[in-house]
Amino acid sequence: MRYVDEYRDPQIAHALAGKVACMATRPWVLMEVCGGQTHTLMRYGIGDLLPKGIELVHGPGCPVCVTPLELIDQAIHIAGLPGVIFTSYGDMLRVPGSHCDLFQARARGADVRVVYSPMDALNIARENPAKKIVFFGVGFETTAPANAMAVWEARRQGIANFSMLVSHVLVPPAMRLILESPKNRVQGFIGPGHVCTIMGFREYQELADEFHVPIVVAGFEPVDLLEAISMLVAQLEEGRAEVENQYSRSVEYKGNIAAQRVMRDVFTVADRKWRGIGEIAQSGLVLRKEFAAHNAERVFQLESLFVEEPKECISALVLQGLKKPVDCPAFGKRCTPMSPLGAPMVSAEGACAAWYQYKRHA
Amino acid sequence: MPEILEALIDPASFVCPTPIGVLDRIVLGHGSGGRLSANLLRDVFLPVFSNPVLDRLDDQAVLDIGGAQLAFTTDSFVVKPLFFPGGDIGSLAVHGTVNDLAMGGATPLYMSAAFIIEEGFPLETLGRVAFSMAEAANAAGVTIVTGDTKVVERGKGDGVFINTTGIGIMRPGVRLSASQARPGDRVLLSGSIGDHGTAIMASREGLEFETTIVSDSAPLHRLVADMLAASNNSVRCMRDPTRGGLSSSLNEIAEASGVSIEIEEKKILVHGEVRGACELLGLDPLYVANEGKLVAIVAPECADAVLEAMRRNVRGEEAAIIGTVQRGHAGLVTMRTAFGSSRIVDLLPGDQLPRIC
Repeated sequence: MRYVDEYRDPQIAHALAGKVACMATRPWVLMEVCGGQTHTLMRYGIGDLLPKGIELVHGPGCPVCVTPLELIDQAIHIAGLPGVIFTSYGDMLRVPGSHCDLFQARARGADVRVVYSPMDALNIARENPAKKIVFFGVGFETTAPANAMAVWEARRQGIANFSMLVSHVLVPPAMRLILESPKNRVQGFIGPGHVCTIMGFREYQELADEFHVPIVVAGFEPVDLLEAISMLVAQLEEGRAEVENQYSRSVEYKGNIAAQRVMRDVFTVADRKWRGIGEIAQSGLVLRKEFAAHNAERVFQLESLFVEEPKECISALVLQGLKKPVDCPAFGKRCTPMSPLGAPMVSAEGACAAWYQYKRHA
Repeated sequence: MPEILEALIDPASFVCPTPIGVLDRIVLGHGSGGRLSANLLRDVFLPVFSNPVLDRLDDQAVLDIGGAQLAFTTDSFVVKPLFFPGGDIGSLAVHGTVNDLAMGGATPLYMSAAFIIEEGFPLETLGRVAFSMAEAANAAGVTIVTGDTKVVERGKGDGVFINTTGIGIMRPGVRLSASQARPGDRVLLSGSIGDHGTAIMASREGLEFETTIVSDSAPLHRLVADMLAASNNSVRCMRDPTRGGLSSSLNEIAEASGVSIEIEEKKILVHGEVRGACELLGLDPLYVANEGKLVAIVAPECADAVLEAMRRNVRGEEAAIIGTVQRGHAGLVTMRTAFGSSRIVDLLPGDQLPRIC
C-alpha cells in the first residue's frame, strides 16, 4: 500500500532508532501529544527500539478521553428523550458517564447511531423530518472543520431538526498548561500531525519560543514517529528549540485555510473543561450565536450539570504526562477496558487502553 | 492553572465507585465474539447448562449415540445486508454450519434451516435466499432435512434471520479440541484474513466507498479432509475465525489449553484492499470476521506435511505457518511485529469501534 508500507519499513525504522542511539548523550523526556501517535507507539513497540534514556510520555490528545463527564451525561440524557436520534462517532459510545454509557442507553431503547461523518447525520436529519437529530461534535481541531461544515450546511439548507452537542478542544492551550506546570518533565514534543494539517504550525512556534522547547510535527506511522524522535533528540543535543515539520506530506505552515475559515465562521473560542484536568482558559470551541438554532445545549435547554469525577482515576496525571498508566494502582485490576474507571481506558487512542492492550505483561 | 489532583489521590482508598462494567442488559458488544460474549457464556449459560459435552466449548458437540460418533452444532445468521459481494445470508448459513462441523474433524451430512421472517418481507427475496442456500448445500454435499418458519410483526425483525443446526459423522480416531494445543505445536492459517468482515462493512449503507473486496465465505470440510489425511493424527485442533476474527480463535485455544501462542505479523496475509479498508475504518484485521478460513494447531513434526496438503486445496492455496504454541502465560497471545517488537493480541472488550480521527 503506497504511502503506508514505506512508513512501516522495519529496516528504515531500525536505522532511525540506531541514529537516535548514536546521538543521545543523556536521557530525554519526550511527549507525543496525539492519541493516534500513542496507539502507534504501543502497537509497534517503538519504545523497545529506542535507547533506555529516551522516555516517551503520553499527552492529552485523545478527544474521547478529555471530553468531560457532564457532557457524556448530557449526551445520554438527550439520547433518551423521545423523538431523538442521537448520532456519534463510534468510540464515544463506550465512554462511561456517571451511570452508564451510550451503548447501554441504546440497550434501554434510545436511538443511538454510529456515523462516520457529521454529514451522514445531516442526511439522517433530512430523511427523518419528524425527529430531532443530534450529532455529538467531539474532537480536536482535526474534526472541527467537518463538524462546522455540517452546522453550516444545516443552516444553509434549512434543516431545522439538526443540532450538535459540541465539545471541541484545542491542542496549544493544553500544551501550554503542561509546560507551565512546575512539575513538567517534558523536554520535547512530537506535534499532532492531523491537527496541524488543519491549523498549520504557526501557533506552535510561539510555544517553542516562549518555553524554549523543541516541537516536531509528526505523522502517525512508525517511521514518522521515529524520524520525529530523532529530529527532537538532535535539537535537544544541540540546544536548539525550533518547530520542525516531519509530516511535510500532509502539513503546511499555514495549514488548510478553507478549513480554518469554516471553523471560524461557525465556532468561537471559549473556556473549556477537560476531563481529568479541569477548566483550561480559551481551550475549546463553541457554536457562534448565529447558529444557536443548531446548538443542542440550547435546543434541549440543558441545565449546566456539575458532576464529580471519580477521585480514584489518575487520568489527570496520565494526560499531563506526569504518570504512566502502569503507575496507577487500579491499572489492569479494577480499571480495564471492560470496566473503565476513566476515559483513557476506553478509546483505542487512550493511553491506558493502549498500554493495556499491547503492553500490560511487559 | 487547574490544580493538579495528585494530592487528592490516596491509593489506599482505591475503590471503584461506578462499576459500569457490570451490565444489567444486553448490549451489542455481547454479540461481538470478544470478552463480553465470553462473559455471557460464563455468567448466564454455563452455570445452568453445564455438562461434560458442553463444557469443552468447541464449535460443535461430539456425541456417542449407539456406538456412532456424531458431531452436532447450531448457529444463527443475522447478517446485514442480506446480499453482499461473495455471498448472501443463505450461502453463509450453509458455510457457517458446515465449517463448525468440519472444525471438529467431522464429515457434514445433514442440516436444518429455520427462518424468522419479518412481516412485509418480499417473497422474491426469500426465494433468492432459499435458492442460494440449496445451491450451497448441494455444492457442499449436505442435505437440508428439516426446517421451520416463523413470521414476526413488522419492525420486530430485520428482514430475515436464519437458524441452522448441522449433524456430521466423526472420522474414526480423530479427536480435535481447543484444549489439546501443546508447547512446540505450530499454528497454521489457511489464507488471508479480514475479507468477509470488510466486504460486509463496505457494502453497508452509510459507508460509501467503492471496493472490490469479496467475502471469503466458503465450505472448508474438503480442506479439512485433505489436512487430516496428511496429518498422521497430528492435528490438535481447528477453528474457523469468524466473528471476533483470528485473535478470538487464538485466545480461545490458548485459554482452553493453558498455553501461550506467539504469532508473526509478517506471516499473516492481509490483502491490500482489505488493509486499505481497515486503515480507513480504523479497524485491526486480526479482529475482523472471516467465513472461509481456518486456523489449525498441528504437532511440529507434521506441520510441513499438513501445510503442503493445505496448499494443494483451492481453499488453502495461501496457507502459511504463522506461529508457535509456547509454555507459560496461560491464555496469552502475543505477536512479533514486523519491527521485531512484541505486543499482546487480546480479546476485544466489545465491538471494534470506528475511531474519531
